[in-house]
Amino acid sequence: MKKRVLLIERSSIIVEGITKILHNHTNFDVVATADTFDRIAERIVVAKPDLILINPALVDFSKRNSFKSAFQGSPQTPLVALVYTYFDQQWLKHFDAVIEINDEPQKIIDKITEVLQNSSDKTESSDLYELSDRERDVLIELSKGQTNKEIAEKLHISVHTVITHRKNIVRKTGIKSAAGLAVYAMLNNLIES
Amino acid sequence: MKLADVVVANYNLVLILQRFNIELGFGEKTVAEICKQYGIDTNFFLLICNVYTTANYLPTKEELANTQMDMLVPYLVASHVYYLQERIPHLENHLNRIADACKPTQGETLRKFFHEYKGEVEKHFQYEENTVFPYITDLCKGGKGQRYSINQFEENHSNIEDKLGDLTNIILKYLPGDIMPNERRGLVFDIFQLSSDLNTHSLIEEKILIPYVETLEEKNVRR
Repeated sequence: MKKRVLLIERSSIIVEGITKILHNHTNFDVVATADTFDRIAERIVVAKPDLILINPALVDFSKRNSFKSAFQGSPQTPLVALVYTYFDQQWLKHFDAVIEINDEPQKIIDKITEVLQNSSDKTESSDLYELSDRERDVLIELSKGQTNKEIAEKLHISVHTVITHRKNIVRKTGIKSAAGLAVYAMLNNLIES
Repeated sequence: MKLADVVVANYNLVLILQRFNIELGFGEKTVAEICKQYGIDTNFFLLICNVYTTANYLPTKEELANTQMDMLVPYLVASHVYYLQERIPHLENHLNRIADACKPTQGETLRKFFHEYKGEVEKHFQYEENTVFPYITDLCKGGKGQRYSINQFEENHSNIEDKLGDLTNIILKYLPGDIMPNERRGLVFDIFQLSSDLNTHSLIEEKILIPYVETLEEKNVRR
């Protein structure tokens, strides 16, 4: 099956060029393009891309450390930077790969193929869905009916961290309600009664 | 079109017949004939059929304007009766048998979970039947209905789907595999079916009931 690419880039010259290169290669299909970062979350839901190719210049510089939240709808989808101006290496580390404007077509294809390969290795492992030890600790406290603040104090972590653990627990188990999580903890013998 | 053909085309519609009090055994009668016989607006009947048949079906404003909506509240109430008096007790029976086969503490937790879910659903439906629906009936009669507004309903329309999803996950993924496999298969199937029915029910409330009541509210203010 063709891999679906979402392209976020303002220059139509670049958009046309990349689309052509990817279409010449039978494995890829540019399923959608966007010229701004706005409403990207909605676009992802519709386009369901396997990979997102984005010009980092379109990310608001002040939000560069939190821009990934826009991709929350599909956190596993790899992000590849498409750069033709200078960017700090530190900032480019947020991406799974970097494509330079002078890269040969074959090199672009190779980079994208490699990223997709790595990401499919990752998603097929169930490790991603097993609860970590810390998540288990949080789950046990949750099942006892403790609040985020109480859990944070007991485990010596911040409330923010507790919330992150909770989100991961919900994502991994698919169970959203506190009562449901208590049943889960019970069935896995994490709690007594 | 014959009603029987409509149902054969989408068997889920068997469920909605009962909510219109249409009895099975309708022979070769067409949809229009049946609607006339039972005093149902044909457009309204088809609207509900469409919502149940086409994913994300949304009627246009013109379609809504050409539809007699006075059956909407009785339809929703009949759905509530079906969920509360038939489906949920049915799921509960299944679940209780499964809980009996679990370790006592685990069985107890399962039962408690379902009991809470049932309580939530009852509360949700009661709120609609005691507060929202009487308000709508009053509006239809031309009342100004100042004590309430449908916006409040939009804000309070609580989510009763989460727990059912949780129950699916628990039965499907986390209950030990050797506990009553046949019974569980049936239960999981029934939960999926109820979930999908309830989702459509919410869709009718949010995309048809609320816009309809908003139009009524505007009309009555202008009067």
